[in-house]
Amino acid sequence: MSLTARDLGLFAGMFAVLAMVAMFQSPQLAITILNMSLISAIMALGVNMQWGYAGLFNVGIMGFTAVGGLAVVLVAQPPVPEAWAAGGLGILLGLMLGVATILAAILVYKRLAPSKLRGLAIFAVLVVGWFVTSQVFGPAKQAVQAVNPAAEGFLGGAGLPVILAWPVGAVFAAGVAWLVGKVSLGLRADYLAIATLGISEIVIAVLKHERWLARGVNNVTGIERPVARPVDLQPLPWVQSLADTLGWSVSQTASVVSGLGYAALFTLVLALLIWLAERALNSPWGRMMRAIRDNEVSARAMGKDVTRRHLMIFILGSAVCGLAGAMMVSMDGQLTPGSYEPLRFTFLIWVMVIVGGSGNNWGAVLGAFVIWFLWVQVEPAGRWLMDTLTAGMNPDSLIRQRMIDSAAYMRLMTMGVALLLILRFAPRGLIPER
Amino acid sequence: MEPLNALVSVSNFMLIPALAYGSQLALGALGITLIFSILRFAHFAHGDTMALGTAAVIGGTLFLQARGASIDPLPTALLAIPFGILIMAAYMLVTDRLVYRYYRRVKAKPMIFVMASLGVMFVTNGVTRLFMGTGETRFEDGQRFIFTVREFREFTGLAEGLALRSSQAITIIVALIAMGVLFWFLNRTRAGKSMRAYSDNEDLALLSGINPERVVTITWVITAILLVLAGTLYGLDKGFRPFNYFQLLLPMFAAAILGGLGSPLGAIVGAYVVAFAELGITFAWRRVLSYLAPEGMEPSSMMQLLPVDYKFAVTFAILVIVLLFRPTGIFKGKVI
Repeated sequence: MSLTARDLGLFAGMFAVLAMVAMFQSPQLAITILNMSLISAIMALGVNMQWGYAGLFNVGIMGFTAVGGLAVVLVAQPPVPEAWAAGGLGILLGLMLGVATILAAILVYKRLAPSKLRGLAIFAVLVVGWFVTSQVFGPAKQAVQAVNPAAEGFLGGAGLPVILAWPVGAVFAAGVAWLVGKVSLGLRADYLAIATLGISEIVIAVLKHERWLARGVNNVTGIERPVARPVDLQPLPWVQSLADTLGWSVSQTASVVSGLGYAALFTLVLALLIWLAERALNSPWGRMMRAIRDNEVSARAMGKDVTRRHLMIFILGSAVCGLAGAMMVSMDGQLTPGSYEPLRFTFLIWVMVIVGGSGNNWGAVLGAFVIWFLWVQVEPAGRWLMDTLTAGMNPDSLIRQRMIDSAAYMRLMTMGVALLLILRFAPRGLIPER
Repeated sequence: MEPLNALVSVSNFMLIPALAYGSQLALGALGITLIFSILRFAHFAHGDTMALGTAAVIGGTLFLQARGASIDPLPTALLAIPFGILIMAAYMLVTDRLVYRYYRRVKAKPMIFVMASLGVMFVTNGVTRLFMGTGETRFEDGQRFIFTVREFREFTGLAEGLALRSSQAITIIVALIAMGVLFWFLNRTRAGKSMRAYSDNEDLALLSGINPERVVTITWVITAILLVLAGTLYGLDKGFRPFNYFQLLLPMFAAAILGGLGSPLGAIVGAYVVAFAELGITFAWRRVLSYLAPEGMEPSSMMQLLPVDYKFAVTFAILVIVLLFRPTGIFKGKVI
């Protein structure tokens, strides 16, 4: 439960490094790294619940964070009344018809005895349902997307305070996780991995192409933020006097203050989550989860419903990832579906969990800080290295250009090598489970 | 009613592309299924290793082109395939020595292998981008078409045209040959039989004197051959972009699971099912149906079940249906 002196030392070292970034590079950079580290730490906590407590392999973290991000748009954006008038009802009706079709198919499957007739009936229900749905949904979607497409072209959100989007994001992700878990848990462990890989691709595809929902690849920008923007902070007298005292420019001070505001909010959420997670892990429930992870057969023999527990923890972990996704979007103030890449949003989080120490919440947090720091710093470091290595060459030489360009890919390799080395030589990570 | 035109149209836009895509998937899914049945883990690095193999072939092609070597009308890449296979076999074996062998020795859980393959994926991904960047590279040369739409129209006098690209024909032929050789190898040769024995029952195989390290080595080499072929054919057909290869992972896994993980025949059948479903469901049937419908009953909409952007959703739906109703796959692969 508690941290040892060594763990505290590791955290202290990490913060010392961040402080050095603030001193030698720039305070803004340090704050940016800190904020993304906090968000990554929450994602890593979610993944650690799934992998560390229960041994579930989720390769679709990107999808869950993106769903959380969608919640921000749906909650915080003001509604677009013209779009609602044009096709809002049609879209709602279409969605309901789609759900009704699937429910009807399930009903047919449950009620009829297995036979050829049942297969045909299900097929007929699906085909008829699909045609009816698309007749209602298609025109409504076109109408919504035609409303002022340059700036809107979507239904907008509920216009509620943006903070509310965070729990909503968690609920959205939990819903998706329930669907995936229901299908793939209880089978081979690899199947969950493949199913989550699939759902995350689909979530991104939906976000990119359903323009009525969140403008797709046109991005939603200018979402309300939970913390005042630097531009709004600049005219405030206390910010200006603070800038004078520190000897920084006003714009720099404002962005640091704004960033610190986010950091405070994120730290609050992270602290709450860690407290809850540690309590859970050290309760009978946590011991049961670990017992299931370490020996499913004996846990089953003790009367534990392994599949149900797995589903539960999978939903919980994904909800935490969704929360982090919502926080990230509200920090950026924009939802850009094109920027979601599996390498960045899924596999990097995995490296964080493994490097930090799977099964230990503090480990996941530390891993997130260390890896995000490296992720940000390895590229400039690589470029500098390549620059130095090739300094003697002719500046126009093709090899030199190629080597400098290659620095961008160095970090992928660094992450892969880090993952492999930790997995092989220190599988328990920086802060091992205890 | 013009069934002939309908047939030509559906062949041109769906059947032939699906057949080619299915063949590419099949070669990839075979590799996944082989690794699964011998090494017993889901190989997540498959897509990116395929990309690296293709990159090696592209490198060989450029070298050959610079030397003026060519086998016109066939693409030069075919000549470079052996070079790519050599590189990739070495790459796979080195990875095995450095990464996977240790976990075999300590008998790690399958999930640890999957995790390690994730690390390998990262590294491979970086290596590929180091050489090729992230943009698209086209390396198809030689004759582009076996026959074009116009030639077909002039020859048959039909309203609809049919084109056969050389890359598609080559894909289908090469894939068929590779599958034939693979089945011959697995069923007829001593090494192939020892592989099957090892996959069926590890302990019994060890008892009868089969060297597991040898089996593993052979598996990696065969996988290297399969994935260089799959990657090169896919690249010839659709152009080389590293990220596309990563995205092939889902359809390849879906194909292998649909057929039954561990069953080579299943992987092939699964791959074609996935390919035809993906293209069939995202295909606009309007033109075809307007030939088939009686006068005046032609459909007015596109008759497209899903937009092309959702082809992953089709694959995923197949995967979900298999997992729900028949998790062992069509050919009863190994489950649990």
